[in-house]
Amino acid sequence: MATAALEQLYREDYGRIVAALIRLVGDFEVAEEAIHDAFAAALEQWPREGVPANPRAWIVGAARHKAIDRIRRRGRLDDKLRQISALASPDDLAEGTGDGDTGDTVPDDRLRLIFTCCHPALALEAQVALSLRTLCGLTTEEIARAFIVPAATMAQRLVRAKRKIRAAGIPYEVPSDELLPERLEAVMAVIYLIFNEGYSATSGAELVRGDLCIEAIRLGRILRELIPENPEVGGLLALMLLHDARRAARLDAGGDIVLLEEQDRVLWNPAQIREGLALATAALSSATPGPYAIQCAIAAAHARSVSAANTDWREIAALYTVLTRIQPSPVVELNRAVAVAMAEGPEYGLILIDTIEAQGELRDYHLLWSARADLLRRLGRWHEAREAYDHALALVIDEPQRRFLRRRLAEVGQH
Amino acid sequence: MQYMLLIYTNENAQMPADERNKMFVEYGAFTQGIIKSGNFQAGAPLQPTSTATTVRVRDGKTLTVDGPFAETKEQLGGYYLVEAENLDQAVAIAARIPGARLGSIEVRPVMKM
Repeated sequence: MATAALEQLYREDYGRIVAALIRLVGDFEVAEEAIHDAFAAALEQWPREGVPANPRAWIVGAARHKAIDRIRRRGRLDDKLRQISALASPDDLAEGTGDGDTGDTVPDDRLRLIFTCCHPALALEAQVALSLRTLCGLTTEEIARAFIVPAATMAQRLVRAKRKIRAAGIPYEVPSDELLPERLEAVMAVIYLIFNEGYSATSGAELVRGDLCIEAIRLGRILRELIPENPEVGGLLALMLLHDARRAARLDAGGDIVLLEEQDRVLWNPAQIREGLALATAALSSATPGPYAIQCAIAAAHARSVSAANTDWREIAALYTVLTRIQPSPVVELNRAVAVAMAEGPEYGLILIDTIEAQGELRDYHLLWSARADLLRRLGRWHEAREAYDHALALVIDEPQRRFLRRRLAEVGQH
Repeated sequence: MQYMLLIYTNENAQMPADERNKMFVEYGAFTQGIIKSGNFQAGAPLQPTSTATTVRVRDGKTLTVDGPFAETKEQLGGYYLVEAENLDQAVAIAARIPGARLGSIEVRPVMKM
């Protein structure tokens, strides 16, 4: 009973607890060590004395004492310690950690934590690791496994990032109004990066790592809870929910890719789609929809289609056209080309893809060649299709993609 | 906290006289600005690396050689020592250094002793 309560608390509230502690002690490492001590103490006391009425406040209060002990033992009775000791009782301390905390002047501690973890002065990989470690409460080993690096490497990365936060004076606060837009963009980029790493793993034998998608969605929910009024934040969450809703249909029993048009849509997660669609509508009601809002609108157009055949490709192509204007990139151009091919016919898509190829940036991108191959296949230009599949195969890294391309190559080879 | 703002620019880049003068005036205004705001602790431009001497002591012997410690594309051309609340403030100050538009500013926290 007590153990289960502790496990749940750790899983659900680690982010809030660590955020509150960092505010109190001003140091990531001391905060994490103290929380570890507090959980150890709870594991010993709670089975004997019962689960306290407010478990989170108990942990925060206990961790605060442990932190004071640790700092005292290090013999550094500095200003910080006097400051911590002077603060009110543990129950008051837990106040600022969420729930009823909607006062305008006191932002949720986790908001400060998000901006510190995703500070541009930290390397991107460190931002990702810190966010998963502190906000999601993943262990170092779990993060290391998810990114397929040795646990020691990940531990090193985290230690270095925390040291830099302290030594370089990376602030533990919500950025000022003039910095906020670009900082928020950086936070959203980290969350979306985590999601994409889970959604289409760039390395390894597994194509989808659902655990990372779940954590990214969790971070997206936290961010939305903290900044509910920002349409892009809602758009990002909608985008992730709608993509992730297709997870069960994206791979077949053998772990191979099933293309969107061939997916069994009964396997899509209806509750997640409903939530995503509602968020997408809200995100799009903004006067100037941003890139996440447009992308979630594209995902929503797919989610609303009961079958591949009745997908509104004209709408999707039009949305990609908007996206190429607000977030120009050759990858967006490529997606637009595919949508145009579906809406107007493969020959039109092919013209666009050839233009993109001529620009050069995507010449070594396997998806350009597989998209080109697919259009040639639809046009019955078998020989050229085979060449394009061969080209894509030479560039692809991950196993499931390679298996997919081999299968397609064998199909066109029969003609 | 104290931060060292190290100004790296390409000292071999040619700059027309009027632009150089303009930059000189901008540096003056910037320095006055951070003196007034209370952030300024110290600062100075440096003579070019062609005037640098590198010193090493090995086995008690002093070795003196001509030139900078390392040949790089951009060279340390000056510095400011500033007092700032945190890294965000230090970065904001660094971004206002005129040399930031041409080269790079390395922001280094000063170790408390």
